[in-house]
Amino acid sequence: MSSHPLADGLIAIVKKACPTCELVVPVLEQLARADIPLAVWCQDEPNFPPGLDVYDDRELETSYRFGIQTVPTLLRIDQEREVARLEGWLRTDWQQLSGIDDLGLGLPPQRPGCGSLSVEPGRAERLEARYGDRLKARRIEFGTQEDDHEALFERGWTDGLPVVPPTPERVVRMLAGTDRPSDEVVAQIPPNLAPGTVEKIAINAVMAGCKPEYLPVVLAAVEAACQDAFGLHGLLATTLSHGPVVVVNGPIAGRIEMNSGLNALGQGNRANATIGRALQLVVRNVGGGRPGEVDRACLGSPGKISFCFAENEADSPWESLAVERGFAADVSTVTLFGGEAPRVIVDQLSRTPVSLANSFAACLRTVCHPKLPIVFDTILVVSPEHARVFRDAEWSKAHLRKELIGRLMLPWEELERGAGGIAEGVPESMRQPVIPKFRPKGLLIVHAGGPAGLFSAIIGGWVNGDTGTQPVTVEVRS
Amino acid sequence: MSPSMTVLDPTDESRPTARQRAPRLDALAGRRIGLLDISKARGDVFLDRLAEHLGERGAHIERLRKPTFSRPAPADLRQEIATRCDAVIEALAD
Repeated sequence: MSSHPLADGLIAIVKKACPTCELVVPVLEQLARADIPLAVWCQDEPNFPPGLDVYDDRELETSYRFGIQTVPTLLRIDQEREVARLEGWLRTDWQQLSGIDDLGLGLPPQRPGCGSLSVEPGRAERLEARYGDRLKARRIEFGTQEDDHEALFERGWTDGLPVVPPTPERVVRMLAGTDRPSDEVVAQIPPNLAPGTVEKIAINAVMAGCKPEYLPVVLAAVEAACQDAFGLHGLLATTLSHGPVVVVNGPIAGRIEMNSGLNALGQGNRANATIGRALQLVVRNVGGGRPGEVDRACLGSPGKISFCFAENEADSPWESLAVERGFAADVSTVTLFGGEAPRVIVDQLSRTPVSLANSFAACLRTVCHPKLPIVFDTILVVSPEHARVFRDAEWSKAHLRKELIGRLMLPWEELERGAGGIAEGVPESMRQPVIPKFRPKGLLIVHAGGPAGLFSAIIGGWVNGDTGTQPVTVEVRS
Repeated sequence: MSPSMTVLDPTDESRPTARQRAPRLDALAGRRIGLLDISKARGDVFLDRLAEHLGERGAHIERLRKPTFSRPAPADLRQEIATRCDAVIEALAD
């Protein structure tokens, strides 16, 4: 006679396709004849073993709830709690657990079990999505007549491009990418300062198209972007075009196959494209920051869909951005920078570091406006062919920066309002004989790009300092 | 008919609270009007002029200032506005 699953007694979980389960059929029959209440659950065949009362677990709910890894599994329940568990067939253990000394005497002394259907790849996520209690987000069921993708657009959840529907199964798979608990609040997301839990960020990472192994980078990017120093609220709300730029350093970039080479700032690499996008979707959906609402950008930038790339560290003549910012080379980091779209520096003729530095300086001067110094930081992305010029001349990164900042000490006569026939310029109240274009830590230098092309790039920054943004670097944690 | 899809809500799941608007002031004379400068360029010019006009109409002016336009007003400042003012005018942009 079988009994309620959590009644005191024994529970056996089996599947017909498992030879060990077939082997223990006489044992189950022997147990059923004994005085101990027994419940047999079968994963694949409601009439197996034949002749016994069997619970149908083809939906695998019971197997999932008991966390069954192997069949057969024998559980002992006492006062509605599991007090003992055996996996596979081991005669002495089964005899001890059941208290029946002659149990299974005709069988071999032991046989390993088979894998439980509930832990098969793909099925485990479906079971957690269905029966698990980890996911806390509200479930929304689309209508049967609704097109799934149109439904996602209509709810205002996308950046204008299609998103991957964040089904519970996909979110469970995404959460496997981190050890952090799904209810951990990573940051308060502006503008609404809504709690950004690991789960909410994972949902948006699914939508952005991330793989689970990207999630730690997305979490770090959200964490960095929401530090007060970064000023994400202002960066979002500004009428200027800038948005968060994510630079990834360290071993994680290679592990998730980020692009730091050919077309590093462009399209085509899934990690680059989706990590930056996930951050933007978190701001949009969790924080409530939408263009035309709190996002007041006059023009905006294509970088506000996604702007994320890795530094090409392997071929760089210099220490990486992260190392410069105080992290060890074997630590993975993200650096958040409030920046505009990249613009190119063309210099195909300079073969000396002095000539190339002169070119860089002339182009860097134009960030935001040639007459506006000190308030806009910049990332200078130096390509491999340009970097080679500095490598051959043994210019360190610090040397290059010093030369650039030295070339960009701008005389007042060129900056004051009206100078050069241009009303824009520095107000009289800031008058000094010379004003540097960049503050001392305001020129970040990164090495990226493909092997051929005598071109570098400038990513101009938003207003820096306490009223604006500071670059923020945080470690990527698993 | 295809089976319906279930997704997880990517938003913070909050809904804006509908609040009653504060009643309009029936007069300016004797009322405390806050003028909030968010530290945007020339916000003070605009608010100086408003202060003149409101002063002529007998309003009592409270001048307030956010430390920076790029971050939300600190809680203390919001509290100050709520306790010291009958109404507030914010100079929001350049």
